[in-house]
Amino acid sequence: MTKDSKTSFFSKQSSLHLFYIPAMLLFICFTLVPLIWGLGLSFTDWDGYTAGKHFVAFQNYTDLFKDQYFIEVLTNTLIFGFGCTILQQLFGLILALVLDSKLPGKAVFRAIIYLPVLVSPVIMGIMYYLMLQYNYGALNDIVVLLGHEKVAWLSAKNTALMWIVIINTIQFMGISMILYLTGLQRIPKTYHEAASIDGASSFQKFRHITLPMLYPAFVTSITINLIGGLKLFDIIKVLTNGKPAYSTNSISTYIGITYQNQQRAGYASAMGLILFMMIMVFTLVLNGLMKKKEVDA
Amino acid sequence: MKKTWLTLGIIFVVIAMLVQLMPFYIATTTAIKPKTDLSSRWDMPEDGIYLENFEVAIERGKILTAMKNSAVVTVVSVVFVCFLGSLAAYPLARMKNFASKFITIFILGVMMVPPLSTLVPLLTMMNKLNAVNTYFGIILIMITGQLPLSIFLYKNFIAGIPISLEEAARIDGANYLQIYKNIIFPIMKPVTASVVILAGTFIWNDYQMSLYMLTSSDKRTITTAVGSFFSQNGSNLGAATAAALIGVVPIVVAYIFLQKYFMKGMVDGAVKG
Repeated sequence: MTKDSKTSFFSKQSSLHLFYIPAMLLFICFTLVPLIWGLGLSFTDWDGYTAGKHFVAFQNYTDLFKDQYFIEVLTNTLIFGFGCTILQQLFGLILALVLDSKLPGKAVFRAIIYLPVLVSPVIMGIMYYLMLQYNYGALNDIVVLLGHEKVAWLSAKNTALMWIVIINTIQFMGISMILYLTGLQRIPKTYHEAASIDGASSFQKFRHITLPMLYPAFVTSITINLIGGLKLFDIIKVLTNGKPAYSTNSISTYIGITYQNQQRAGYASAMGLILFMMIMVFTLVLNGLMKKKEVDA
Repeated sequence: MKKTWLTLGIIFVVIAMLVQLMPFYIATTTAIKPKTDLSSRWDMPEDGIYLENFEVAIERGKILTAMKNSAVVTVVSVVFVCFLGSLAAYPLARMKNFASKFITIFILGVMMVPPLSTLVPLLTMMNKLNAVNTYFGIILIMITGQLPLSIFLYKNFIAGIPISLEEAARIDGANYLQIYKNIIFPIMKPVTASVVILAGTFIWNDYQMSLYMLTSSDKRTITTAVGSFFSQNGSNLGAATAAALIGVVPIVVAYIFLQKYFMKGMVDGAVKG
């Protein structure tokens, strides 16, 4: 009897709705509810542990923009996002163009350049710490060999930020490389041949065939890299832990600090909402660019 | 002219490759030298390979326990990501109604929520459920995090399967559950490979959520164990580096054998649309 009713139930097309319910439940419980809950908390002065909390309206949000550390952290986040994205596109495109040519052993080059993408950024951070340490750091060995004073790469804000951008760029440039390589391989050979017959120069072919045809790869790669950069967390945690002072934190790492070390859960929630909105706006704008071009074409 | 550019390009590629290998080399020389060896990290050890750092990492850093924890969390999460993802994708690919459109947009929205942005409420919730420092808690978070990508990969794939196959099965009296189980799921092997690799790497490497969710030393996963061992062993970097190298071995081995799938998975995942 039960078997029969089950069979007939799953024969109806409406039974298909049942298929996505488990996934939807997870999204509701662990993404949507926390998001709305976090929005509620962002209007309170909750410390994250005790039962007491008071409604403070937009206090946390106005405080954020008066907090010099938050302004610094927000600026860092944008530097990580845009700095890494620009460098990754540049390196990724150059690597893809070279590896798209008839280069012997290019599969090996490609495989090695892509390898760090798969390594945990925590481990990558530790490896680079061995390079950048003041005493015994491998990079300072070279600096000394060249006759200069040792450099304290990680204890000054600007050099530390620079290295965070460089390491994240180097680690994930393989993503843009592979996306551009795939894009290049999708350009029909006949396009270039036809242009050559018409007397187009290499640069003209690059400018008028290769670049426009790579447009979808550009948008995809920029979206992935930008979101990755804006969410940056692991590398910072290992390499500088936000130091000196709070000057090398990103929003993500600063959320953890304000929540767990400073017991300002309401404040951390407000920051979380700002991070979410920032990422949403950038994603939507980039998606819009993708759609617009598709309509144009 | 063209030759010069290509030569410069090749030099760039070779430098890029050396830059990528350099941290692994420096980490290896650091890990196989004793603390007392103050030679440059560029130099290989002169008195043979010193393995005690690895012993310290395993004994005090509990790296093998962490490996086991990571394996449990990754395998269980990935199984659910594949199963629940393909299950959800089937109706979304086949039904053209308001509900399926709404859910697709909702999932795209879920993808835009960065993990750390909901740290406070999520951790509070997990504390109330007594799920902090449990496999259960981190697995739920990992599944939720990787499901959207899995759903889109499966959805795109199913949309490319001719519907006539299912219609024929319908005429033969098969219900939707049977169609999913006997027709759809078996032909999804290629995309399942991509999902396993993408979600698996991501979960194995996760640090931001694991750092807050797994704080007890016997529940830590590889990234959190390596991270905390590193921050406690500032003076014994050899052991910390040995721990990091042990942690990277499974991924590197998998990559050597499944290189094509790793790259293909990333490309498929990037163009999820």
